[in-house]
Amino acid sequence: MTAATHPLTAMITPAAPPPDCAAYEQAGGWQAARKALKILAPAEVIDMVTRSKLRGRGGAGFATGQKWSFVPKNAASERRKYLVANADEMEPGTFKDRWLLEGNPLQLVEGMILAAYAIQAGHGIVFLRGEYHLPRKRLTDAIEEARQKGWLGENILGSGFSFDIHLHSSAGRYICGEETALITALEGKRATPRSKPPFPQFSGLWGASTVVNNVETLCNLPHIVTNGPEWFLSLGMGADGGTKLYGVSGRVRRPGAWELPIGTPLRQIIEDHAGGMLPGYSLRALLPGGASTAFLDESALDVAMDYGSVEKAGSRLGTGTAIILDDRTCPIGMILNLEHFFAQESCGWCTPCRDGLPWVERLLGALEEGTGESEDLEELARHARMLGTPGRTFCAHAPGAMAPLASGLKLFADDFSAHISQRGCPLRHAA
Amino acid sequence: MLTVEYTLPAELRADILALAQEELHPQGASVAALQLVQSHFRWISSQHLQEVAQLLDMSPDALDGIATYFNLLFRQPVGRHVIMLCDSVSCWLMGRDRLCAHLRQTLGIHPGETTPDGAITLLPTVCLGHCDHAPALLADETLHGDLDTDALDRLIGSLRETP
Amino acid sequence: MVTFQLDGLQCSTRADINLLQACLEAGANLPYFCWHPELGSVGACRQCAIKQFSGPDDKTGRIVMACMTPVTEGTRVSIDDAEAKEFREGVIEWMMVNHPHDCPVCPEGGECHLQDMTVMTGHNTRRYRFTKRTHRNQDLGPFLNHEMNRCIACYRCVRFYKDYAGGEDLAVLGAHDNVYFGRSEDGTLENAFSGNLAEICPTGVFTDKPFSETYTRKWDMRGAPSVCVHCGVGCNTFVNARDEKVRRLLNRYNDEVNRYALCDRGRFGHGFVNAPSRLHTPLCLSEEQPTPVPTQSAMAQFARMVASGPIVGIASSRASLEACFSLQCLVGREQFSTGQTQQEQTCAELAYTLLRDHPGSIPTLHDMESADAVLVLGEDVSATAPRLALALRQAGRQNSFLAADAAKVPRWMDAAVRTIGSETLSSLFIVTPAPTDLDKSAEETFRAVPDNAARLGFAIAHQLDPTAPAVPDLTPFEAEQANRIATALGAAKKPLIVSGMQYGSPALIQAAARIARSLAQNTPDAGLSLVMPDCNSMGMAMMGGLPLETVMMRARAGAIGTLIIVENDLTRHLDPPEIVELLEAVPNIVLIDHTATALWQNANLVLPAAAFTEYAGTLISQEGRAQRFFPAVFPLSPIQASWRWVQELARALPPSAEPQLAPHRTDITAWQNLDDVLAALGTEIPIFAGIIKAAPDAAYRLNGQKLRSQTYRASGRTVIRSYISVRDQPPPTNPDTPFSSSMEGAYQPDMPAALVPSFHAPAWNSVQALNRFQQEIGGPLRGGEAGIRLLANHALKNGQTEQLPAPDIPPPFTPQSDTVLLLPDVRLFGSEELSMLSPPVVARAPPANLRLPAHGTATASHITFHLEGYGPQTLPVQLVADLPDGIALCPAHMVAPAFSFPRLARLTATRAEGDGS
Ligand SMILES: Cc1cc2nc3c(=O)[nH]c(=O)nc-3n(C[C@H](O)[C@H](O)[C@H](O)COP(=O)(O)O)c2cc1C
Ligand code: SF4
Ligand code: FES
Repeated sequence: MTAATHPLTAMITPAAPPPDCAAYEQAGGWQAARKALKILAPAEVIDMVTRSKLRGRGGAGFATGQKWSFVPKNAASERRKYLVANADEMEPGTFKDRWLLEGNPLQLVEGMILAAYAIQAGHGIVFLRGEYHLPRKRLTDAIEEARQKGWLGENILGSGFSFDIHLHSSAGRYICGEETALITALEGKRATPRSKPPFPQFSGLWGASTVVNNVETLCNLPHIVTNGPEWFLSLGMGADGGTKLYGVSGRVRRPGAWELPIGTPLRQIIEDHAGGMLPGYSLRALLPGGASTAFLDESALDVAMDYGSVEKAGSRLGTGTAIILDDRTCPIGMILNLEHFFAQESCGWCTPCRDGLPWVERLLGALEEGTGESEDLEELARHARMLGTPGRTFCAHAPGAMAPLASGLKLFADDFSAHISQRGCPLRHAA
Repeated sequence: MLTVEYTLPAELRADILALAQEELHPQGASVAALQLVQSHFRWISSQHLQEVAQLLDMSPDALDGIATYFNLLFRQPVGRHVIMLCDSVSCWLMGRDRLCAHLRQTLGIHPGETTPDGAITLLPTVCLGHCDHAPALLADETLHGDLDTDALDRLIGSLRETP
Repeated sequence: MVTFQLDGLQCSTRADINLLQACLEAGANLPYFCWHPELGSVGACRQCAIKQFSGPDDKTGRIVMACMTPVTEGTRVSIDDAEAKEFREGVIEWMMVNHPHDCPVCPEGGECHLQDMTVMTGHNTRRYRFTKRTHRNQDLGPFLNHEMNRCIACYRCVRFYKDYAGGEDLAVLGAHDNVYFGRSEDGTLENAFSGNLAEICPTGVFTDKPFSETYTRKWDMRGAPSVCVHCGVGCNTFVNARDEKVRRLLNRYNDEVNRYALCDRGRFGHGFVNAPSRLHTPLCLSEEQPTPVPTQSAMAQFARMVASGPIVGIASSRASLEACFSLQCLVGREQFSTGQTQQEQTCAELAYTLLRDHPGSIPTLHDMESADAVLVLGEDVSATAPRLALALRQAGRQNSFLAADAAKVPRWMDAAVRTIGSETLSSLFIVTPAPTDLDKSAEETFRAVPDNAARLGFAIAHQLDPTAPAVPDLTPFEAEQANRIATALGAAKKPLIVSGMQYGSPALIQAAARIARSLAQNTPDAGLSLVMPDCNSMGMAMMGGLPLETVMMRARAGAIGTLIIVENDLTRHLDPPEIVELLEAVPNIVLIDHTATALWQNANLVLPAAAFTEYAGTLISQEGRAQRFFPAVFPLSPIQASWRWVQELARALPPSAEPQLAPHRTDITAWQNLDDVLAALGTEIPIFAGIIKAAPDAAYRLNGQKLRSQTYRASGRTVIRSYISVRDQPPPTNPDTPFSSSMEGAYQPDMPAALVPSFHAPAWNSVQALNRFQQEIGGPLRGGEAGIRLLANHALKNGQTEQLPAPDIPPPFTPQSDTVLLLPDVRLFGSEELSMLSPPVVARAPPANLRLPAHGTATASHITFHLEGYGPQTLPVQLVADLPDGIALCPAHMVAPAFSFPRLARLTATRAEGDGS
């Protein structure tokens, strides 16, 4: 593993403490920050990132450079602006940001400095999920050390640019990962999403300009700035640039996460890196990028794991962490588990999500318990249709929740009918 | 609004005020302040809620709206240790239901309850980001993965022994 | 104007609104919940979904929330679209998942927005077969019931209560499908506007608690347009009655005045009309005991009184204009008193003339909401004029709106505007002796005793206009304050100065008027608003009369034979020794009132008057708006309007009495109905000539018919009395109004605004039906203006501005060591006379206490103070941070009349029983 092929994780040694400032610098850290603050103008940083075609790793895949370009161009000293690192990582099946947070928190700090410099934000916040205790400790130390070494604070490197990072520990709500809900949470309010427009880049935290970026997105920045956008683009296997942290969980031989060129085929990830299915199990279907992506089956294994290809295959790259459903586990049970999560994590603001998801959960529960009726399938399909299209609910939570349901209804049609005809789950005790 | 008499220790109050000071508006510290109280008392009583509200210049009702919104803020007493067993998809696939049944039996309580001796509270939690080591749980602040019933028994034993 | 296409229909509308408003204004039935015209859009309920097409070729379209989508030129939308319809039906179905099917026993039934919307979407079969979740309800105090199971989580309640009205003790709790709208723990909702939740909530979660005690369905009640009698603001109300009993009071939309909200004093204060304190028959004093007598003997008794000497009349600022005028006609101007002390009357008349001559604007409450800089000088408006305070709270948001305009975010995008504006400050300055509920909304508050507040005011005026007199002996601190406020006011496009009569200080009122006038020199929209205490204080000030001091003087001189007091409790104006003197000096006292007030047992003759819910009359609000109220109840004879009693007295006068009375009296005995009184009033006192137009006269007919005051659905007209008699009772009639008392008659959305008895429209049974009665959402009613403004804006604009008399700038206040300056502490609940006869309001009125500066030396739990004329009074002490030194606040009318303050008093600490200190 070298920085050339594994820029994000090269400095991470499993089970060892993360590099401190000196070690980080020795391994090539701080070069980017030095370069940007000393010789690049903010607009040049934005331009580099735009040309690198870096897309947000938080799930939606929005082009990072473009996102920044909407921020009003005033200098940090003229206007209050915020840069927020989204470290809420609560999407079930997702465990990639934790790797970066625990393994190399200074990389995030440097990424944040770069992003903040690009958009001229004076205030940085890491929005960290409350259950991440070890990341919190490591990040706190990293921020403190960076501050002591002058990487954070007033007039960094004498550039005139001042920036500091505040760590916010959340108290557990999936919706806080949604960027507008996250901002509301930072204001100490009930974290319900906000309408866009106004976009956070214009009116976000406390009404000030705010950019929210995923941890992995930010961690890519030092490498883009150090090595240039062309280098970054060349790392990817398809249209997208860079590497991606992919993960696999479920009944595979070696569940885990790997940094690979973006666009690595799914089959390669599952078979080469995760070692294929456990003996006695075979692959039934999978969620390619976390709980809120649509099921793909075996036929899609050769899809390249980049934004466009996965979408063409009928799902989303999402967080890039695949969850495998094996042949001995009930797909309806799995969907029930997912919908239970989404129903519970609905913020309660809009009607369809708040009251529709619990209904879905109960219908699935009835199927599993053997009290399902044939109309229930229609009811589930109706919900998938009514909640699935963005714009009908206030935010993307409910459409995300419908992705596995809608695809599951098609893919597992026989299982659904069997649950009704056999009055219960045929696989319940098989697993 | 009525003023409440403080029962929170003075240092804690000072810490909460300091948190509020760091924010553009005191309310920005609401979650952090409640977490701080919880780290001292394991839960947030109504009395403490009112005091924190007063320190943050909020109404207790508004603050309770936040306290009751988040999963990790406890408005009811919990045991000396809190076990949060992940109930999300990867852990479920890897058999967390069986582990939950085992915990229920060993502890004699349902999720959401505390053992009669006040040692352990069992709660479900959403995905802990430990999916590659599913099934997983969080015992107080420590993450445990690749669990089986033996590992659970050992864990409970050691928790019971720690005050 | 923009044009858009709605289901193939070409519509044109205003540019700055959203599609939901546009559809409603186009007359379409589009369901909604979370949107409210006053609260804006947040897109929570997802009920207003419609299809929007991007261009002529777009066949599929996209579902959007109408309330969150601006209407744009040429846009094409469909309500009828099958997908949109299915979605809207689905939204209701989701709401119904947990909603109890308890409509038959729900107080909202029949006027429930959720019912209306359910019918509108067509949802009628329940598919959800699982258990409903249940909530525990809370005790929220005497005004509201709480039934959380009925909640559909539209978030309107908290948005109104917190964001709009500034309440802090109602919140959203919990999450997902377990969101709960209530409090952390049970307890009374403290905000002054909590009662509006009953109207804001689209279903039966928050309902009117006093109403539920004698509950009846909306369609079974008679409605009458009315006007609130509990302060000088003049909010418009509906009185609802059944079986000749008032059941409840609702907000009646008036786009310029109260719009969508009433204060709780107004909504729940009407209980006095049904209270045991009501008078029902004439009473004569016989053997020291008030004894019921027939009207005829009462009149005979009165005829005999005349022999004892001159008749003097005392009117009241809470009686209708007609009552006061009839009395003035009977006794003559020289014998007519306003029923106020000199101090009160001076303030009221000053307020009237200063407003009349104000060269800027006399803002309506709605105007105030868009003021961009406000100074409240020496008045706790949150207690003396609560609805006005709510308007000022909205003015505090002006800067957010401007920021939103700059960001091109429409003003109705509520959450976004609040976010954008979260860092903008309001320009609301409050200068009062004690903290007020409005302080939270202010940019800055200043604590000053009335004299010092007036000095600050004069200093501000001088800053703005160097020709205005300077204030001597100003401290540098005060000068700096004056400078700051003057700068903010001077920079505003629509500045507003508010003051009032609370502290009985003419200097304060003069100072306020001077600032407003200075501002008006450069800013024609500079507003002046002066708060007056009672519902007809302005009418009384315009009518004029003798102060009570003159009446006392004449009484002492033995120059009064008979005193006729109309709807006035003199103990609220005079101190006990004066009352004793008066009773001793005047041989005959005639009391006309609806309620047995303090002196009823001392009156020789008591005549039972109709309350505002039982007759038609006119009140003039503090902004000079004449408004008519109409009866919802037909009282049992002999109860009748005060002016009819006065007329009856006039008829009873023996011819021998004539010479004693004024020579050119109007002959009131010939009046047939209210219109005759109004005509005479207009002739006699020309300033009142316009009030005849406050509402159509009794002869008015719509489509040749009277107006119905009951709904077509009213049940039981013939059976309601069947336990007494099975004979068909003819409906009662009233010669003063164009209303029929029954369901017969005309009713339509464009009927004259002053005559709308309730809001109802096809498919709209709840208060939301209002949208069918408005010319545009939030705009004037289709039936025009209700009431008429007597004071013109920009007075004397083309002529010379009236010179103001040289002000009496008071010297700075110096705290004394041996006495304190007692100031009247007006309370939202507790100070106003009539509402304190309404049980739910009494339940909300805290006991009297004495408020003292926290930094003073007082540590006792109780304090005795020595008030001249009252003897020692002992009250519990409440210490208040940042009260000025040397003052104490004493609740007005709970110890002594409001206008007997300010006065000096000596305080001594007392140890209360059980007080260990
Ligand atoms: C329901 C919901 C949950 C989300 N959770 C997360 C999260 O945990 N972490 C994250 O980075 N982004 C999450 N997102 C995406 C964020 O809204 C946002 O797009 C992202 O943080 C932007 O960063 P990026 O542009 O760097 O990807 C979530 C979105 C939704 C709708
Ligand atoms: S879809 Fe609606 S209820 Fe669900 S999380 Fe988003 S805003 Fe909240
Ligand atoms: S009224 Fe439009 S979403 Fe509620």
